[in-house]
Amino acid sequence: MNWFKRLTGQREFMIGCIVLGIMVVMSFASPYFLAWDNLLAVLLGLSIEAIVAVAMTNLMVSGGFDMSVGSIVAFVGATTALLLAKGVPTVPAVLIGLAIGALIGLFNGFIISKVGINPFVATLSSLSLFRGLTLIVSRGRNISGLPDSFAAIGQAMLFGVQTPIIIAAVLIIGGDIMLRRFRFFRQSYYIGGNERAARLSGIAVDRMKVLAYMLTGLFAGLAGIVMTARLGAASMTAGTGLELRVITAVIIGGASLQGGEGSVFGAFLGSLLMALITNALTLLGVDVYWQTFVIGATLLVAVLIDQLGKTSAQAKAAGAAKASAESGARKSA
Amino acid sequence: MSEYILEARDIVKTFPGVKALDGVDLKVRRGETHAVVGENGAGKSTLMMVLTGVYRPDSGSIVLDGREMAFSSPQEAVRHGISIVYQELSLVPSLSVAENIFANRQPVNGIGAIDKNELNRRAREYLALFDLECIDPSTLVKNLNPANQQVVEILKAISTDPSVLILDEPTSSLTEIESKRLFDNIRTLTGRGLACLYISHHLSEIFEIASTVTILRDGRFVCDASVADIDEDFLVTNMVGRTITDIYGVRPDPASLGAPRFELRTLSRKGAFSDVSLIVRAKEIVGLAGLVGAGRTELGRAVFGAEPPHSGEMLLDGKEISPQSPGTAIALGIGYLTEDRKTQGLFLDFPIRANLAANRLSSLSKGPFVSEALVDEATERAIRDYRIAAGGAKKSVRTLSGGNQQKVLLGAWIGIEPRLLIVDEPTRGVDVGARSEIYGFLRALAARGTAILMISSDLTEILGMSDRIYVMKSGHIAGELEGGTATEESVIALATGAAGGECEA
Repeated sequence: MNWFKRLTGQREFMIGCIVLGIMVVMSFASPYFLAWDNLLAVLLGLSIEAIVAVAMTNLMVSGGFDMSVGSIVAFVGATTALLLAKGVPTVPAVLIGLAIGALIGLFNGFIISKVGINPFVATLSSLSLFRGLTLIVSRGRNISGLPDSFAAIGQAMLFGVQTPIIIAAVLIIGGDIMLRRFRFFRQSYYIGGNERAARLSGIAVDRMKVLAYMLTGLFAGLAGIVMTARLGAASMTAGTGLELRVITAVIIGGASLQGGEGSVFGAFLGSLLMALITNALTLLGVDVYWQTFVIGATLLVAVLIDQLGKTSAQAKAAGAAKASAESGARKSA
Repeated sequence: MSEYILEARDIVKTFPGVKALDGVDLKVRRGETHAVVGENGAGKSTLMMVLTGVYRPDSGSIVLDGREMAFSSPQEAVRHGISIVYQELSLVPSLSVAENIFANRQPVNGIGAIDKNELNRRAREYLALFDLECIDPSTLVKNLNPANQQVVEILKAISTDPSVLILDEPTSSLTEIESKRLFDNIRTLTGRGLACLYISHHLSEIFEIASTVTILRDGRFVCDASVADIDEDFLVTNMVGRTITDIYGVRPDPASLGAPRFELRTLSRKGAFSDVSLIVRAKEIVGLAGLVGAGRTELGRAVFGAEPPHSGEMLLDGKEISPQSPGTAIALGIGYLTEDRKTQGLFLDFPIRANLAANRLSSLSKGPFVSEALVDEATERAIRDYRIAAGGAKKSVRTLSGGNQQKVLLGAWIGIEPRLLIVDEPTRGVDVGARSEIYGFLRALAARGTAILMISSDLTEILGMSDRIYVMKSGHIAGELEGGTATEESVIALATGAAGGECEA
């Protein structure tokens, strides 16, 4: 029964059950829901934010936070498209785009961990900086006319599935294993759990933090490239509000703003839950204006359940600690 | 007028599943300092919370000056004359001394604004009580040293004119000298008729300041006694419930110590310490004594690479080293048990196993993967070897008692099999039973060949454990003493030099 208790105690299990529940209910409520095309559309819709969520999970586990990912998506999309439009071949253009994303992450990481600016404030300014730069380089126009080799990144089909879904799936699975099992990424949990103690435990805290922001920038850049390829054009408004959806997904998936907890798989489930709710509401013919409201409610319910669980666990633990301290004293007596 | 200002009779307080207090009696006379002692979990804190109205007892009564009381809130207890100074200071650092003393009770002028002159005048009166006229009441609390912050905390507590003042571990962040000054202040207060309830782990303090002592164990009242009639062995035996003869263990024969393992030559770090030279031999426990601020912790952190030194040499087993980060120090075999386990040592929300693995993830990994099997094995061994009383390896360390938390942290550092282990205040906030165990683990570690540098503000601990003692004063090594022959007086003389300098902010 121990494994059962452990399984049911996981946040991923709870969200997974809710996701399954929605799917079961919806399969009865709408004949279109379980259609292959509908499910693919749901996954395609969440693939961009899921790519960003992989790196954001590592960042938030280490106690960091990035508001600028939506702007990075747009900026990298625009600059890559510009390079392509200028005749740069696809491979170097994509590599330069990815490098730009990583450099923006490095910039964020540097001013946060070396200069000591609060992550929220630092990345909030990056949000405006790079949205602004996107507008400047694109002169407010969409950039289209991209080569087919580039469009394939977002539009090709593999085994009947669109590439963005495949890319997201590979990164989610790889990212989950890395964060769960790799010694290197386990360090993120320690940093988020207690930064000072992590430093005194021999963990190179500043380096890890800068790297976490770089990874987030890199993944946001990749998301921007995939999105541009899928749409066949770079839009100056691409990724608007993406940061909030990604952070919401990561928190629903079990992370907290303090750091020290969370998982990539959980973040994916959080993202899936939001996408399913949106899809279900659409299929059921609910007014679209309600969708954002329902997602807010989902987040609130998820963190409330978590908080209630924590408070009751803490109350239990406090009693148990007293009991064990006393029984310990009695044993020695 | 009854003989006792405060009486607790047969107090019972139950929490879900636990009887925290089971028929506790307490009788406090006016103008006396009354110590309450017991191990962690004995019920001291719960009793104080009952007396100050935080908890309501399930049964039993509280009698204040002959009248039975039932406080429904801490505010009510304060109104009836019971004030408490908590271990964790409750001051607002960005406000002035005066505003902290009269928090929420600032004198106001005609239009309802705070009357600064009157506020500062009254604060000055209180400061004068402890001969601290040199502190300007408009100084911000964050600019005071911890000792003076505590004075402000005490003044805040007595500014409501209480008849009973409760002090919970008041010396935990004070040096020996500062503690003496605190005792003078307590005597000033009791001389004015105030009764003081004094909670402390430091048994020597009880003999210095208290006239009566009440001993609790496992939530039960064991006995009370006049301090003049008892000795430390009596206290320990009754607190622990068994006889502990010598908590420090036996100091090994100096001839059995190994070769010099660790050496510092004129090590300096600007603003922290300068020209520090010392030697620690294998198998040796070297005490590093001195006042808070003498540069001991800074020295330990410099050796560990947390804040590397600016000049000087460091030798480990004859080879020169210069760790620039804790990571490199650990790789060299240097461990550092921090003085503040909660903020700098432990990952409080993580389970025991994650805490034990934090500083040696690489040795508990196979390839790039953390091996859960190796972590489990190391955890089981540590829980067994260090007798960590825990519900399980998966419970968060926040739920453990101070002693068990410290054992987890010590276990993590012994786990790296250090060549040199620096322990900074290894038994702060740890009860007697766990303390004697920790001393045993340190002795055993030293016997296996590790060099131990022990930073401590607890003089009895320094004298009881050290083979040799270095005393630091304002960033310098002021002298070296043999562990077997050093005395409190000789250490204090080196640590303080001539002048005390009591009014530095």
